[in-house]
Amino acid sequence: MATRTELAHLLRRATFGPRADDVDAAERAGLDATVTALFTPAGEDAGAARTPVPALEPVAVPGPKADAAARQKAREQQRQQVTTVTLWWLDRMVQADHQLREKLTFYWHGHWATSVEKVRDAHLMLTQQQTLYRYGAGDFGVLVKAMLRDPALIVWLDGQKNTVRAPNENLARELMELFTLGIGRYGEADVRQAARALTGWRIDQPQRTAVFDPKRHDGGQKTILGATGAFDADGLADVLLAQAANAEFLAARLWSRYASGDPVPADAGNRLVTAYRAGRDVGALLRAVLADPAFGSTRGQLVKQPVEWAVGAMRQLGIRPGALPAAQQRQLLQGLDQLGQVPFKPPSVGGWPAGTAWLSTSAVQVRLRVADLLAGHADPGVAGRLTAVPVAQRSDALARLLVVDAFTERTRTVLAPAAGDVRRLIALGLASPEYTVM
Amino acid sequence: MDMLTRRRFLVASGVVGAATLATGAVGYRLSHILETAGDRPSDARTLVLVTLYGGNDGLNTVIPYADPAYHDARPDLAYRPEEVLHLDKSLGLNPGMTGFKRLFDAGRLAIVRGIGYPKPDHSHFRSMDIWQTGQPDRPGNTGWLGRWLDATGGDPRHAVSFEPVLPPVLAGATTAGAAVALREGGVSGAGVPARGPAPATLAGFGTAAPGEPPLQARAARAYADLVSVDAMVGKLAAAPAPSSGAATDDNQPKATGTGGRTALSAQLDLVARCVEANVATRAFSVSLGGFDTHADEKIAQRRQLSELDSAVTAFADRMARTDAGRKVVVAVYSEFGRRVRANASDGTDHGTASDLFVLGSPVRGGFYGRQPSLTDLDDGDLKFTTDFRDAYASLLDGVLHTDPGKVLGGWSGRIDGLLA
Repeated sequence: MATRTELAHLLRRATFGPRADDVDAAERAGLDATVTALFTPAGEDAGAARTPVPALEPVAVPGPKADAAARQKAREQQRQQVTTVTLWWLDRMVQADHQLREKLTFYWHGHWATSVEKVRDAHLMLTQQQTLYRYGAGDFGVLVKAMLRDPALIVWLDGQKNTVRAPNENLARELMELFTLGIGRYGEADVRQAARALTGWRIDQPQRTAVFDPKRHDGGQKTILGATGAFDADGLADVLLAQAANAEFLAARLWSRYASGDPVPADAGNRLVTAYRAGRDVGALLRAVLADPAFGSTRGQLVKQPVEWAVGAMRQLGIRPGALPAAQQRQLLQGLDQLGQVPFKPPSVGGWPAGTAWLSTSAVQVRLRVADLLAGHADPGVAGRLTAVPVAQRSDALARLLVVDAFTERTRTVLAPAAGDVRRLIALGLASPEYTVM
Repeated sequence: MDMLTRRRFLVASGVVGAATLATGAVGYRLSHILETAGDRPSDARTLVLVTLYGGNDGLNTVIPYADPAYHDARPDLAYRPEEVLHLDKSLGLNPGMTGFKRLFDAGRLAIVRGIGYPKPDHSHFRSMDIWQTGQPDRPGNTGWLGRWLDATGGDPRHAVSFEPVLPPVLAGATTAGAAVALREGGVSGAGVPARGPAPATLAGFGTAAPGEPPLQARAARAYADLVSVDAMVGKLAAAPAPSSGAATDDNQPKATGTGGRTALSAQLDLVARCVEANVATRAFSVSLGGFDTHADEKIAQRRQLSELDSAVTAFADRMARTDAGRKVVVAVYSEFGRRVRANASDGTDHGTASDLFVLGSPVRGGFYGRQPSLTDLDDGDLKFTTDFRDAYASLLDGVLHTDPGKVLGGWSGRIDGLLA
């Protein structure tokens, strides 16, 4: 029989931030039914239906002869579309009922970290996001092969410059180092040979798709990690996925984002690898992470990423980012930027940092500012329920609202003088050390 | 082709392992650094390393104004000879760099020309990894100053950064420097929101709670750090505005990912205070972002260079006034320069060799290294003439008094005569 604390821990990790009602429901349903509902939710996702993927007008790419005004106009249009898709995604994260899938999509975004700052095309970024959403919880091989055809990833890592005449190793190297195997599990010769296998792809600009051009492809024999053949992109993917390192790498990556910043315990690692290997099934791997006996003792071992922190808060406070006034939307995006995490803008192909990197004094200041912003826009019903509680009990009511197991005496001492001002109380709760970690 | 250049990208690029970041490098407060006052050898020098993120265009910084090839390659992007701050008959500084011009004329500024490394990489990340690790063949997990720290006892307070996150250059194999975050200017210019909690509240959150998980304790300590840093910084002269607005406020097109966090001058102010207090710190890392310009580049780069010029010049002048300050050496670098030829959008794309500035009282001013040819190119790129490890070795030897071979894998090159 799982305790409320255990269920809250599971839901904090599997979703963007459970509401008190969600934990109540999990208590009624029990652990097994809760896990099943996370991985195979019943019914359509009404929240996703409320937040349809935005349709973007094509932005004409200025030709080489375009004047400064035309270039400026195109840049401005792109900038607006980037804001549109970023706000849409935040809105989707908050609204979606199938939370595990949404959070896993965001995990993959940090894994295949691609930034619009180089891709410069909101439409391509959205296409990639949809690919991660579609294939993120299934066979990892399918995801890898889809990503090797993903125009945003190709542009991001110069895949379109990788031709039989002028190989470019950028994508090949990161594919092995960051996406499938991990550093040190291949040699420099493997990188060069893998780059040859990935030659031939270019971007069809009007169609916004990646197309394979046999004339630019190197069809010769390659030897990669001991396997020899006339490998192309899919052939390369098969070689990489056949490596033992792939399972260990993915298990460690998912563990680091869903369970703990500490290394996977050896016995847990074996269980995760076994769960994944049968069908290279990411869903099975994630389920194994959340069900592992070692998972239960990882409470407090992750720092919430800024997006996790803000989206979770908005879910609990009943805020739809898409419905905020434009000025507040701008403040929210600025806050996330200053905290160091804006969707579609990872800082590098290595994705976002984890753990203590988020716990700087500068982050404290921004978190206070954003917490105040969010507290000021809490749904009146949510705020009203807090106000209805006697002042002396509001710290406990706040802990329930924010699904914090318990505030320490230290924090209760800070909250107590603010209990009469619900907005301030909520803001302090969001900024508290207890709410910063999970 | 634009690419982002946030200075914080390096933490994520995998150069710094999570383990290094978790070993306590980021938990230092300014008071810890200041507590070390007087705890250093009397002849010890101090290195201030200034990183320019984004790939500063060296050819429009130290400008070969007399070379026709320069004007041919960049018809709209080149500076006219009369605009340039002449250093000699062939080279001059960007017009935004009047302070550097004065320091050069006074013999206090050295310019190392054509600095780079073999087989240049055009990726910001890879190239910055190479510069920060000092390992061009295959950048590893340690920064060159981190390895210096490993080799000299590993006290984190000996290598300090005033940035929100620890730069990889300060990460060693077994130890790491301290990241002491400075208050952020923020959008409103105020660190704490108007409706936000009182300082007593911050101090309250900054109190350790018995038995709480280590990361939660670290989150609480960030509040305590904020209080002490705030108190410290509050005593400084009016804090300058951030180097640029938040990245999302990009109505004015500029370099991608410029999101200025803390102004260079504010970082250097703190360095100056520490130096004047005779702290034990031997190496400081500071940075300025926003050099990733690929289009309509001339105005944006000049603005960045002006900020660099005023911040570094003011710091150099302040340092020249004290004994401790006269032992400070500043080195300014970027991950690469740009291609010789302008691109189709009045910008330049990622290139190779660039310039390194070295200044301070111990520095013998003037030119070092050979100016790369603008016509004998490697696929459109300058051929480097001075290996960056020669510069690191000279700084390790002449400023940090450490055998460079131990830090740079046996590297034996030097830039002769750079330091007195």
